[in-house]
Amino acid sequence: MIRRSLTLFAGLFVLILVIGWLMGMPFTSSRLVEAAAYSLIALGLNIQWGYGGLFNFGIMGFLMLGGFAVTFISYPVNPQFWGSDGPMLLGRALLAFAAGALLVYGARKSDRLGIRGGWKSFVTVLAWFVAYVIYRSQIDPAAAYIEANAGFVGGLGAHPVLGWLFGGVLAAVIAFIVGKIALGLRTDYLAIATIGISEIIRALIKNMDWLTRGTLTVSPIPWPTPLPQAYQATGSDQFASLLLARGGFLLLALVVLAIAMWLISRAYSGPWGRMMRAIRDNHIAAASMGKNVTARQLEIFVFGSVLMGIGGAMLVSFTQIFDPSSYQPINHTFLIWVMIIVGGAGNNWGAVFGAVLIWLVWVVSEPLAKVIFENVSYWSTNVGWGAIPEIESRSAQMRVFVLGLVITIALRFAPKGLIPEAVRRDA
Amino acid sequence: MTEFIFFINQVVIAGAVLGCIYALGAVGITLVFGILRFAHFAHSELMTSGAFFAFLLALLFAHWGIVTPIPTGFVVLPIAMVLSAIFALGIDKGFYAPLRQRGVRPVTLLIASIGVTLMVQGLIRLFFGAGSWSFFETETKDVFRIDTTFLGSTRPLVITEPQLLMIVVTLISVLALHFFLTRSRLGKAMRAMADNADLAQVSGINTALVVRVTWIVAGALACMAGTMLALDVTLKPDLAFNIIIPIFAAAIVGGLGQAYGAIAGGLLIGFAESLAVFNWTMVLRPLNAVLPEWLQLPATLALVPTEYKLTVAFVILVVVLLVRPTGIFKGASS
Repeated sequence: MIRRSLTLFAGLFVLILVIGWLMGMPFTSSRLVEAAAYSLIALGLNIQWGYGGLFNFGIMGFLMLGGFAVTFISYPVNPQFWGSDGPMLLGRALLAFAAGALLVYGARKSDRLGIRGGWKSFVTVLAWFVAYVIYRSQIDPAAAYIEANAGFVGGLGAHPVLGWLFGGVLAAVIAFIVGKIALGLRTDYLAIATIGISEIIRALIKNMDWLTRGTLTVSPIPWPTPLPQAYQATGSDQFASLLLARGGFLLLALVVLAIAMWLISRAYSGPWGRMMRAIRDNHIAAASMGKNVTARQLEIFVFGSVLMGIGGAMLVSFTQIFDPSSYQPINHTFLIWVMIIVGGAGNNWGAVFGAVLIWLVWVVSEPLAKVIFENVSYWSTNVGWGAIPEIESRSAQMRVFVLGLVITIALRFAPKGLIPEAVRRDA
Repeated sequence: MTEFIFFINQVVIAGAVLGCIYALGAVGITLVFGILRFAHFAHSELMTSGAFFAFLLALLFAHWGIVTPIPTGFVVLPIAMVLSAIFALGIDKGFYAPLRQRGVRPVTLLIASIGVTLMVQGLIRLFFGAGSWSFFETETKDVFRIDTTFLGSTRPLVITEPQLLMIVVTLISVLALHFFLTRSRLGKAMRAMADNADLAQVSGINTALVVRVTWIVAGALACMAGTMLALDVTLKPDLAFNIIIPIFAAAIVGGLGQAYGAIAGGLLIGFAESLAVFNWTMVLRPLNAVLPEWLQLPATLALVPTEYKLTVAFVILVVVLLVRPTGIFKGASS
């Protein structure tokens, strides 16, 4: 088992070297930083699916929350907003939101006043509607005012690592609410509900221009480590400073990954992990042993989402741009699932291995497809069939096909993943 | 009266068109779920590939110089449906059947269907690029403007030819499906298997045949929905991928496994989406003359802004899952 993992990781290392040799160091170094962030996200999904058996298809939503969080915390302060009436208007919107929430809460407790049955449902629906109208009546003018006068809210200008932490916290809060709503559902229903919720999050972040600047995108978002320009200022040449800067970022990402991995492994090998496996394999039996299944599942859903939020924040910090329209279910939800399926659900090393491997496959399949198409085109031109048109855009689309192929092959020939879960029978 | 006609144009027609497409897609999803017990994500790709089959056939017809009185997309629809049904059978044979034989959990089939989604979408993009295509390159899209001045309206009732045909074709196919499910032997076998697969098998129903028929029906209906959507808007590789979640919402709202529920759910979601983004000021404008100065209607008075239109389906989905997880028609729970 250990020998197999070591062989696979050695193979991965060789693959990285080959890619570095073929594609150049600047390309490979940034892919490696992204791979580290994706490893963290894959670990998050591994907790939810591999440990808890929870079907989260809303990863994209949590990545967006993380990205928004780091943008909000680390982007420089926008004095235009703080000098205008914006904060006051937003405060009123917040009050309206609180009033609405109170109204809904009151309606839900209206049976205390003797309102029951159909009347209670009616009162609840009415309360939701009134709360929505109150909130909209305050937030719409505030949003219009901020967009017209200050552009958007701006950031807080704090350190990006704080932004990563806030990404984790924000993801945790949303995951708690989502989990409360959706975790009662089983498998297919949970998958569809989480996709729906992540689409709602995407629509909100994309269209709340006053908060996130929407499709106008926010950049440049500062790095937690010195940028290449900083090294260049001290006299390094361009190539060296690029590598030094990315190396610094990679080191920080690896430290975060190592901490997460250490904490998870400790928790999972302890009694908590045994309980989680018991719930995953047979939740009815676990419940009959006195385990609170719903609470434990909520716990694991929140823990996994924290890692996704931090990973999403890291990705945005690294690329320095927060572009809500760049988030797609294929790139940000299904990709992570392929990582876990190929790597091995329930095994942390498998998740990390899968994340790095699949990320490299994903980024390499475009240039690879281009080379293949160019060769075929050369051959077909010689035969007299003419060249393949639009090679550039076609090879960009091949990534999706390769991803589908990989997942199908993995399900067929290695359904437990390349580094499967280790079942210990001695302990 | 003008306001009423405007309401019909904006809500009733748009909602019916959207609802028909959702309903046809949701029926396929619900049938597959009822028989095979997994959420078939690749249904969106059956729809898109069906639309591309129809598109290629329409191109072929145009190339041969065949001119038809109704849009060519509708003429080639039956052939495209046959092709789609074969395609759906092929996907089942190649990807799902081997996994089913190994006795995997439904969850694995769901993940496999995502793999199929990605592969088919990759292939479509490989051959057709990422741009959009139109069925109406060579022929014109007829728009009917029904004059309603006799009702005292200054606006005509507007409906395009594909929209009208779409509603008619959907009605016919829903009726056909109804008679198939209730009258024919195979349809009854399908319903029996959806209720209890083991019991159906021991009472001598050929379950393998039922599975094949399910894929044929699902593939054909998906092709119909995809082609009609492409005729109404434009044909692009992510045509149906973008609306697969509202379609799932329709299937769940109607109760997974319930064919009639899926139709009701599709229409419900379609109308809810167009109602939610409808600008009520357009209808209530006459009230401005009566209302006092401080209560004048704003320029836009929609329940949700237009950019959140698709979100309406998700909100309905989440609410239904919370309040009545089995859907309004009491569907199967996996």
